[in-house]
Amino acid sequence: MDTIDKLDRIVLLKKGAEASLFLTQWHGRKAIMKVRYPKNYRPKFLDDRIRIYRTIHEPQLMHDAKVAGVSTPLIYMVNVPQSTIVMEYVEGEQIKQLLKVAGKFERNELCRRIGVSIARLHKQGLIHGDLTTSNMILSLDGKVFFVDFGLGEKDSELEAQGVDLHLFKRALQSTHFQFWEESFQSVLSGYKSVLGLELAEKVYEKIREIERRGRYVEERKQ
Amino acid sequence: MRNDNGLCSSGYCLGIESSADDFGVGIASFKGEILANKTSGYIPTEGGIHPREAARHHAEVADKMLNEALQEAGIKPVDLSCIAFSQGPGLGPSLRTGATVARALASYLDLPLIGVNHSVAHIEIGKLQTGLRDPVTLYVSGGNTMVTAFEAGRYRVFGETLDIALGNCLDVFAREAGLKHKRGLPLGASIEQLALNGERLISLPYVVKGMDLSLSGLLTAATTQLQRGCRLEDLCYSLQEHAFSMVTEVTERALAHTEKKEVLLTGGVAANKRLQSMLKIIAEEHNAAFNVVPLQYATDNGAMIAWTGVLGFKHRLFVPIDESFVKLRWRVDKVEVPWIQ
Repeated sequence: MDTIDKLDRIVLLKKGAEASLFLTQWHGRKAIMKVRYPKNYRPKFLDDRIRIYRTIHEPQLMHDAKVAGVSTPLIYMVNVPQSTIVMEYVEGEQIKQLLKVAGKFERNELCRRIGVSIARLHKQGLIHGDLTTSNMILSLDGKVFFVDFGLGEKDSELEAQGVDLHLFKRALQSTHFQFWEESFQSVLSGYKSVLGLELAEKVYEKIREIERRGRYVEERKQ
Repeated sequence: MRNDNGLCSSGYCLGIESSADDFGVGIASFKGEILANKTSGYIPTEGGIHPREAARHHAEVADKMLNEALQEAGIKPVDLSCIAFSQGPGLGPSLRTGATVARALASYLDLPLIGVNHSVAHIEIGKLQTGLRDPVTLYVSGGNTMVTAFEAGRYRVFGETLDIALGNCLDVFAREAGLKHKRGLPLGASIEQLALNGERLISLPYVVKGMDLSLSGLLTAATTQLQRGCRLEDLCYSLQEHAFSMVTEVTERALAHTEKKEVLLTGGVAANKRLQSMLKIIAEEHNAAFNVVPLQYATDNGAMIAWTGVLGFKHRLFVPIDESFVKLRWRVDKVEVPWIQ
């Protein structure tokens, strides 16, 4: 039985807010070790609950995403007590970086494909929960990979789907403010191509409703 | 004293804040000194802020606050270079009362009028008071819960509440629990006191969605537990731990995302020691400096409007009186901030 402790944490790739990503080796393959270290700002009881929940759900959702037709890294090992997941290292480029350098046509096409993937998740009752362009990779063989399902959930409600897309819109607004509107339109066209006009319209209406619920939104009702 | 480019190197700006329950008048010098900061708070006899009652309070105290501020600053109206006012976001009747006072002053004294975004003002006074230059700011108050950082000409929103504000969540829970305003102490302070005697952490909803969070479910669950007879101290403690962990998590996400090296905590809820300690921990973990805005500048105040007015004056962001409508839902990320870079 392989254990986490035997693995080398070769390089710290990213110290995120929620987890640290290490580059490691898994039976001769390049792999990612995702460790959710305890957060001592919150009480241990609450912290354990959050870290264990996310460590268990993330690989499950990644598996379900594959079934839905969305590429996600292969899971090699999960260790719940140490809240650690070992998974495939996907060679490729982060969509966040790609969008910044891509031409208009390439950019819109990428966004359309992202919209297709989001719709496939939603169709299968899956919510990513943290859709940002940092959490998407274009692999060397040209597939769009979704990573970081830590905040994901299984939910078929319109509300959850609306929030998921709304958050992605907000991520585009804050990170790619120069062309976010056009990108989001492309995302929606890809989304619509999978779900069909009628269902997609319902989700769009939900997004508008969610936005009106927020604080200080211009279109909010009095 | 005017420079060749028409900009004043010395002068004073009078700022009026009236977006919610406080009416404040502040005076800032062009060098960044706060010469006066007077606030009068409207305290509802019961329930939350009644907008019309708040506006009535503002109208009643306006001339008194103006006089006191000028007296404290030791200057006369003729010494002023401009009038700034909180143009939004906020409650309509409250905002309009402050705007009316500002327009009257500007037109009587023949001074330029500057409409200031309330949220931008909170960040700018925080920077002035703490010396931070480019922070990730967590702004938590009765009406706002947002994580912002400067990027490409504006303060961008990196996380915010999807429904109610943190201070609102605490206030409503406090009222449900029958807590009353004590000697001007906000209700949140009562919750903080009670939470110190909390012994048991009750499991409540923890809802972080991407960089945003939701507090309405947490409030409903806490209120339900209260009605079921849960110990109030335990609930105050649990409510704080859950809500503060959520805002701390999204702040840490913004910090990791932007890779900035400073964290600023402001707004009325910034006074909470427990929240301060949580943010200090994440700031240290990311090798970032951490500062809390002093209370008189963290809650709504006129000084922040005056100081942001000074910054606006230097870039001639004047608004003609007939176009100086208040903007009830003026998001922080809609405002150009030309004084940075």
